[in-house]
Amino acid sequence: MGDTSPNRHTRLDRRALVAEILDRRGDAAVVAGLGSPAWDCHAAGDSPLNFYFWGAMGGAAMLGLGVALAQPARRVLVVTGDAEMLMGVGSLAAIAAQAPSNLAVLVLDNEAFGETGRQTGLTGGNTDIAAIARGAGIDATFTVGGEGEEGSAGTDIDALAGTLFEKEGPVLCVAKIALSAESGSYPPRDGVLLQARFRAALAGD
Amino acid sequence: MNTADDPDISPQRDADGADWGEQVFRSLPGLGIRHVATVPDAGLGRFLELCDADPAIRLITLTTEEEGIALACGTWLGGELAAVAMQSSGVGNVVNMLGLPNVCRIPCLLLVSMRGEAEERNPWQVPVGRAVPDLLAALGVDVFRPESASGVAPAFVEAGGRARRTGRPAAVLVSQRIIGAKSFTDGD
Repeated sequence: MGDTSPNRHTRLDRRALVAEILDRRGDAAVVAGLGSPAWDCHAAGDSPLNFYFWGAMGGAAMLGLGVALAQPARRVLVVTGDAEMLMGVGSLAAIAAQAPSNLAVLVLDNEAFGETGRQTGLTGGNTDIAAIARGAGIDATFTVGGEGEEGSAGTDIDALAGTLFEKEGPVLCVAKIALSAESGSYPPRDGVLLQARFRAALAGD
Repeated sequence: MNTADDPDISPQRDADGADWGEQVFRSLPGLGIRHVATVPDAGLGRFLELCDADPAIRLITLTTEEEGIALACGTWLGGELAAVAMQSSGVGNVVNMLGLPNVCRIPCLLLVSMRGEAEERNPWQVPVGRAVPDLLAALGVDVFRPESASGVAPAFVEAGGRARRTGRPAAVLVSQRIIGAKSFTDGD
């Protein structure tokens, strides 16, 4: 489990991290992968410019790519978990090929399936999502919250938010977070509501 | 119609000479489609070649077809209908992701080149090919099955309109009778 990791003392608090990043979002659109990343984004403050997944695991990064391609002037941040990213791991190659300058992906990596009983995840073993992302062709890939990670953007929140919201994309950041038990903070489950308000917010600005 | 003498894929024209790949390509602007996502298939070759050559169309190569469903949902959230072009085997890959456009009432347009039908020489193509219409119907996707090459583009336009009006995915299946069967020169 994640709490046996030698890096645990450097692990970030997911709720605080997401809240501090989203405080700096400006008018960015946010796509939240299913489970805890969606609760984190909702806890940071609901917005019509947030689209939350309640299912369709593996789809968050590609949905974010679609928004980014259709709305090239809009910054798009995907916030998702390590297992959700791995289920859609091929998305990293598709994103690298399209090279959207307005897309960033933040992977909250607790090395576990936190939503389903804390089963050990593959990133708790030998798998490194940042290395996969670089191999897929996303050069602007960073890791925060670990020790001695190559290409670390550091945990300075302004620097991290600047990377996610302003650096030319595609950008991917793996944030090594603590395996924690947060309270639920649930967005609406009505997919039509989430779709319609997000679409209207994007079209209306 | 293809014959066993064909080196690979027959020309994508039937007796009336319709080039369905080009006709579908030409229908894209009228449907407001600028994004075409695909895992390529030989049967889609003409359509994909034209998309790739047109600077007004962004061709998005995928690793697996379900990525295309999620991408098309994203472009719709951003204001644009997208098309996802795949071989019939890819329909087996999109099953769970189709929950996304269903529950969120998002239109997207699938163009499916069929395998596993008449004259199929690869038995591995048969199980999912056979299941495609039932899979799509079970997942709430409107299915259009044109009977001739000249009917493909009209079906595609109708499917696009249906998708927009209903806020659901719609699929056009291009049958192996239209595309021709793939032959395997060192096989049967």
